[in-house]
Amino acid sequence: MFFQQIINGLTLGAVYALIALGYTMVYGILQLINFAHGEVYMLGAYLGIIILGFLTSIGFTAISLPLAIIITLVLSMIFCSAYGMTIEKIAYKPLRNAPRLSPLISAIGVSIFLQNFVMLSQGATDRVFPPILKAEGLTFLNARITYLQIFILIASVLMMVGLHLFIMKTKLGKAMRATAQDRKMASLLGIDIDQVISITFIIGSGLAAAAGVMVAMYYGLVNYFIGYVAGIKAFTAAVLGGIGSIPGAMLGGIILGLMEALGASYISSEYKDAFAFGLLIIILILKPEGLLGRQVGDRS
Amino acid sequence: MIKKFIRILLLSLWFGAITFPFTGIRNAILLSISIMASLILWNTLSKGIIKREGIEIVSKRIQTFSSKIPRRILALFFIFLFLILPLFMNNYFIDITNLTGIYIILALGLNVVVGLAGLLNLGFVAFYAIGAYSYAILSTQANFSFWASLPIVILLVGISGILLGFPALRLKGDYLAIVTLGFGEMTRLVLNNWDSVTKGPNGILNIAPPEVGSIVFREPIHYYYLILIFVILTTFAIKRINNSKIGRAWVAIREDEVAAEAMGIDTVRMKLLSFSFGAIWAGLGGVLFAAKMRFVSPESFTFFESVIILCMVILGGLGSIAGVILGTMILVLLPEALRGFEHYRMLALGAGLILMMVFKPEGILGGPRKRAELRPDDERIYMQEIETIKK
Repeated sequence: MFFQQIINGLTLGAVYALIALGYTMVYGILQLINFAHGEVYMLGAYLGIIILGFLTSIGFTAISLPLAIIITLVLSMIFCSAYGMTIEKIAYKPLRNAPRLSPLISAIGVSIFLQNFVMLSQGATDRVFPPILKAEGLTFLNARITYLQIFILIASVLMMVGLHLFIMKTKLGKAMRATAQDRKMASLLGIDIDQVISITFIIGSGLAAAAGVMVAMYYGLVNYFIGYVAGIKAFTAAVLGGIGSIPGAMLGGIILGLMEALGASYISSEYKDAFAFGLLIIILILKPEGLLGRQVGDRS
Repeated sequence: MIKKFIRILLLSLWFGAITFPFTGIRNAILLSISIMASLILWNTLSKGIIKREGIEIVSKRIQTFSSKIPRRILALFFIFLFLILPLFMNNYFIDITNLTGIYIILALGLNVVVGLAGLLNLGFVAFYAIGAYSYAILSTQANFSFWASLPIVILLVGISGILLGFPALRLKGDYLAIVTLGFGEMTRLVLNNWDSVTKGPNGILNIAPPEVGSIVFREPIHYYYLILIFVILTTFAIKRINNSKIGRAWVAIREDEVAAEAMGIDTVRMKLLSFSFGAIWAGLGGVLFAAKMRFVSPESFTFFESVIILCMVILGGLGSIAGVILGTMILVLLPEALRGFEHYRMLALGAGLILMMVFKPEGILGGPRKRAELRPDDERIYMQEIETIKK
């Protein structure tokens, strides 16, 4: 039972971590809470169902299921990156110098718009993932880990390692770090700020899309309002780890996933969502810089 | 010219390309074409007939027109209008007007917190819920009457406002917004799960209606006058506090907290006061809502409700009482008028919020001060503001 919950918690945590990365990267660079990020994750989950459904209908999944899943994941990430970039250009870029209230409100607007767009185009009822994944798995220590869970864990770890390498080793990654430290100075040194911000949104949205596709496969169904709660939880994870800090977001996601899985099975499953909110409030009040974040003057 | 056309073409193709998995290829092509057509139309028209400042001119005209009439006469005229209005309406319209009234009270309350003190509260609906549930529980379990519950509930909500305010004091901007959002959601989760007291998702039924003497309030028209009295009371109270020392202290905190503190304003006390003063009106709105519906359930108090109330405040103009009332009326009455397009109105609301923030962040009736504050880029507006202050 305990190990089972640990495995479930890690799977959930990996997904939260992927979404949290998007929040933390955007916050690091723009000091903006991208409220619409949860909706990008929701769009990703829907795209997963749509694309895999299409691949099944042309008979591709029968040839090679793993390949079909990878194609779905990649296509969904590409589309969501486009959404992320478009959202930034429409709703945030014109407000870059406005008081903080304005982009927050336009982000809420984006969120409402996207939810209703999906509801109108895809229907208000739950959408079911094509039942092509069997719940096979391995058993050890009295706990079962399905191949899907293994896939989710490996894929998330790969993506996080890839992101870490991108940020630490490449020129663009260096530009991103410089912009996060001091936007004005970075632009004086010849860094194209607009480009860096676009790339941040593209990467963040891509990771959220991957999380969405994997959650859709894991739970088997999606609806148009999953983005809100997932967004809040991922934001909690980002804050827990220290907003602006990339390793922090990963750590925060894992901790939150474990806490939720254990809390739901040992304390109360009705208040499952309340754990995240409660945790969020407590961290923000007691330790707003999070576990791995830096103390920055004006944030708290 | 050709460059511009290619840009428009690419833009519409882009939107078609990113929406086609959701809408299907045919609808995506239609969308592309309609975006292209409207952009071309906008580009040609914006040169000639429509000026970008169109909305601004209209709102300025409304402002100059309304400033010419003495305030008192205007207020008396409106009160008289609203006194006789229900004589010309059927029950359905009176009911909608009642709802508008409750929302006006809520929006004015939120306006104190967001518009005056500049503290973004996304969990405002929690106070609304606490007010409604307190009255529901007092009425069904302790047999308290409406009038006896009112002071108790208001006290309770005021205290809960301070309770939320205390931890929130250390936070600013976005962080404050998130904590209040968490508070609102937790309130709803508690209402949903604390079955022994709140009856869980089923809600509380058979709440006692208000009584005056021997009249029991049953018809919408009874509630109409009850709510009207409270709306007038709220407007009056908030108008008075707006122009008082406290109101000015709030505005000072919003504009620059450090400077306000240096001027001797007790920022801690003032922020707590704004939280609990705003909350009181939400509580009042909640009591009225519970008394009018005679039923409460957690579904009425979602995050979305907080967002709608915030939209009302922003649409009309942050900090302006007339603006908030106008914004509320638009957001309650317009969806009623557009009943046929039920689903599209939410889509339009989302898009409207974005457009509002990009093109007119100060709201329909926002004054020059607000405009200067919200558009730091716009030199022209900044200069105008300085000119008006000089005068």
